[in-house]
Amino acid sequence: MFELDRSQYPQKKADGTLDIDLTSGKYLKLWQGPQHPGITGNMAIELTVCGDEVVDATTHVGYLHRGFEKLMERRTFMQCFPIVCRICVPEPDFNEYCYAAAVEELAGLEIPELAHWIRTLILEMGRVNSYLMYLGGQAGAFGQGVIGQWTTYVRDLMLDRFEELTGARIYHMFIIPGGVRDNLPDGFAGRMEETLREIESVLADVDRVMFHNAVFKKRAVGVGVIDTAWLDSYGITGPNARAAGVAKDVRKDQPYLVYPELDFEAVTGKDSDIYTRADVRRRDLLLSLDLIRQILAKMPKTGAVMTKLPNVLHWKIPRGETYVRGECSRGEYGYYLVTDGSGYPRRVNVRGPSYTHSIALFERMVINANISDVAALLVSLHTYPPEIER
Amino acid sequence: MSISDVLSPFTAWKNLFRDPVTIKDPLNERPGAARYRGFHKNDMDKCIGCGTCETICQNGAIDMLPVDGIPAVQGDSGLRPRIDYGRCCWCALCVDVCMTGSLTMSNEYKWVESDPDLFRFTPGVDKKYWDNAELGYQRHDEKHLMPVAREEMPELHPEARLDSFVEIVHGYSIAQAKLEADRCVSCGLCIATCPAHMAIPDYIKAVRDGDYERGVQLLYATNPFSQVCGRVCTHRCEDSCAARHEGDPIAIRWLKRHIIDQVPQEKVIELIGKPAAPTGKKVAIIGAGPAGLTAAFDLARLGHAVTVYEAQAAGGGMTRYGIPEYRLPYDALDKDIAVITAMGVEIKYNHRVGTDIAMQQLEADYDAVVLAIGLHQGRSTRIPGSDHPQVRKAVDLLRQITAGETIDVPKSMVVIGGGNVAMDIARSMARLQMQHYGEIRVTLTALEDKAHFLADPVEIKESLEEQINILDSRGPQACVIDDNGKLLGLKTWKVLSIFDAERRFAPKYDPTDEQLHEGEMIVEAIGQMADVSLLGEALTEKLEWNRGRIQIDPNGRTSENWLWSAGDCVKGPDVINAVADGHRVATSIHRALTPQEATA
Repeated sequence: MFELDRSQYPQKKADGTLDIDLTSGKYLKLWQGPQHPGITGNMAIELTVCGDEVVDATTHVGYLHRGFEKLMERRTFMQCFPIVCRICVPEPDFNEYCYAAAVEELAGLEIPELAHWIRTLILEMGRVNSYLMYLGGQAGAFGQGVIGQWTTYVRDLMLDRFEELTGARIYHMFIIPGGVRDNLPDGFAGRMEETLREIESVLADVDRVMFHNAVFKKRAVGVGVIDTAWLDSYGITGPNARAAGVAKDVRKDQPYLVYPELDFEAVTGKDSDIYTRADVRRRDLLLSLDLIRQILAKMPKTGAVMTKLPNVLHWKIPRGETYVRGECSRGEYGYYLVTDGSGYPRRVNVRGPSYTHSIALFERMVINANISDVAALLVSLHTYPPEIER
Repeated sequence: MSISDVLSPFTAWKNLFRDPVTIKDPLNERPGAARYRGFHKNDMDKCIGCGTCETICQNGAIDMLPVDGIPAVQGDSGLRPRIDYGRCCWCALCVDVCMTGSLTMSNEYKWVESDPDLFRFTPGVDKKYWDNAELGYQRHDEKHLMPVAREEMPELHPEARLDSFVEIVHGYSIAQAKLEADRCVSCGLCIATCPAHMAIPDYIKAVRDGDYERGVQLLYATNPFSQVCGRVCTHRCEDSCAARHEGDPIAIRWLKRHIIDQVPQEKVIELIGKPAAPTGKKVAIIGAGPAGLTAAFDLARLGHAVTVYEAQAAGGGMTRYGIPEYRLPYDALDKDIAVITAMGVEIKYNHRVGTDIAMQQLEADYDAVVLAIGLHQGRSTRIPGSDHPQVRKAVDLLRQITAGETIDVPKSMVVIGGGNVAMDIARSMARLQMQHYGEIRVTLTALEDKAHFLADPVEIKESLEEQINILDSRGPQACVIDDNGKLLGLKTWKVLSIFDAERRFAPKYDPTDEQLHEGEMIVEAIGQMADVSLLGEALTEKLEWNRGRIQIDPNGRTSENWLWSAGDCVKGPDVINAVADGHRVATSIHRALTPQEATA
């Protein structure tokens, strides 16, 4: 069946619907999720399969809808600060950064330089965590559970660093409008260096066991190719775009925080398949470790970490709108904030990259895929359902 | 793909020989990080129950609740935050926003219960094992979620005010007032402290919103003396302000003044609205001071016909004849009085009850009479020589200055007393000295030491700026007079203690530390009393008295059912208490004059 050119299959009718007869006994409707080990969170995929080939797929989200954007319209600007991180569980810091930066821009606040450095540090630490989680998930989607155990171990070390820096492990609530909540604790750089070395050591194992693995290559090379022509039409950003050879990286394209002062190049690949995307992320992870070292070496050691705030209990921000973006581990993360001069946001719209990657793009990519590759495909797009739904 | 891709995955087996990385709990303790945001702690010695933590909590996890053994007192609501860990998200905004720094977090994170409802507790009250945890999240100084410093008030430079009675304080600009009003957290501790229970957080919000008309309405709902109180109120509200614990208290008094300064007087009268329809009842009020005029304002608003008898040529009582013009300009006072008369209150100036009209006449002509005569008689130290004509009483001199009478200004003088009146007379006389002689020679001697001065700290600071020589812990012993009958000055001894073990006034001196303070005039400013001679013998006899003051019930009614008394003469000691008193008697009189409807 797969020897044939399947690109024209299944055929579509004039109105765009599939020209298949679901009652023929040839097809099967199959739900993958919302509770499924191959799903990276609570979302479901409604698959139509013919044998082991997917002929149609519809994504179903909504299981994680918490209504954050609406909740924020009923909270003061400072009260929104503790809830934004919950929009994306595995890498919450981009919510904190984008929200804080948007509020600061509209309120006309300048934050201290040290806070910029610490924010950058936090975002890179979060990226490391996110990639470690991804690597475990990607390997796990092909049945290789050990990688997840290893990356969870080193991710936990990074969570220790988060805990001593921010006071929390998962929801850090540290990048507050006006700056950050504290300077680095004493001896932080040394302990971070130990953590980075441990991560590098585990990554070397991951490289041997996952990336130089005949099974992984058989399953991942040439599978799930993203055509470069799709990049703009689907709004593909981040490693998914970079693995297709397009150096899209907000850190480079529209530098924010202290990225202009850091020495790095966007990591790219060229084959645009699952393997390349995994490899781009692995190398991007190594880049993040390097960036953390650069930040710790270059950042000022003392100084203010917060600017003077007006009374946050009735903080009103003048009418305005802005869009603040940052490069998270999945691509472009963004906050569109509208203020109307009152003490509450008029509208907050969160752009989580999984929204563009894991619905429309995924539904297209999964057609003609083998059913056993569906989970790996979804993971290879680095999908975080909580940021799809907010 | 190569042969190494087949072989290299087997390197994973090396992990068989490594130690596990997991931490076995509870065999191994794993403490939270030093700044971990764990369970809450609350320092009961510091917490004032302002509820700011409850306000900022976006989860509604904090409820302010009364606690046994913690009474509500001035500056402390008596409430304490109870935290619901079913709702808490550990963001620590409550810690960051805490006005006293009492609320912190420990680094503890383990708490096991069988009943989920038990994860609700009042930190500091419900004892927990982490109460004494040293580590955990704390706010440090620069993380205040609001400005802690007061907006500076523009003032006349000390040099410029040495010889001038021009008002010292300029008042806030609109931008400054907004910034100052922004600092308020609306906890309302001030409302409980203010004797008149003014709606302080609400009118501060009106300043923030720039809605001055609403502000004026809020002020007049509780206080017809906003010009006066906006300038000279003793502002006890600011002493209980939550912001004072880790910064300056909100400048409540200046914000009140700012509101009333922004609205023209005609608009103020329009905003208050017309009084109620006439009731046909008549009330006489003796004394056009803050207490009398507040009662007059309230009663006139309720439709009663009010006549105020005032012995002096102008209204205001002690606020006019006791407070110098540089603190309270007469035109500000006039504005407050004009609003009150616009409500239909008739003030008969230069009418001294007892001389121009008898109390019996008032009793006969009116349905109710209010005695609000203030404290216009100065007390004397009664030390040797204090009967010398150049030994004067502060209140008499201040009255003469206000009335524009000519005063024989001494080249040097001594003031006895350490309260605000002493400062007032010292500073007024210093100004006159500067005008007449170009130099200031005023010595002020107070019984109290500097740490326990009765005067407002600002008064002391400004007095020093104005070159007043302030001496603390000096007890007056004699006014020294030479053989020709000329006053030479005041002899004082050092004060060792003022009160005895039972806190009774019994000063002890050190006679070996004697000083003579030169002065052509000595002014006694050690307190005032009411001049009750107007009552006449018969009424004085009939009334019940309490330690030299007329006995009143909680509503200000005397033992004579037609006579009420309010203000300094029965209660002290400041404008805002007089205003509160005025409201109290007005309410009581209105209730007495209004026929009670039969209730089932």
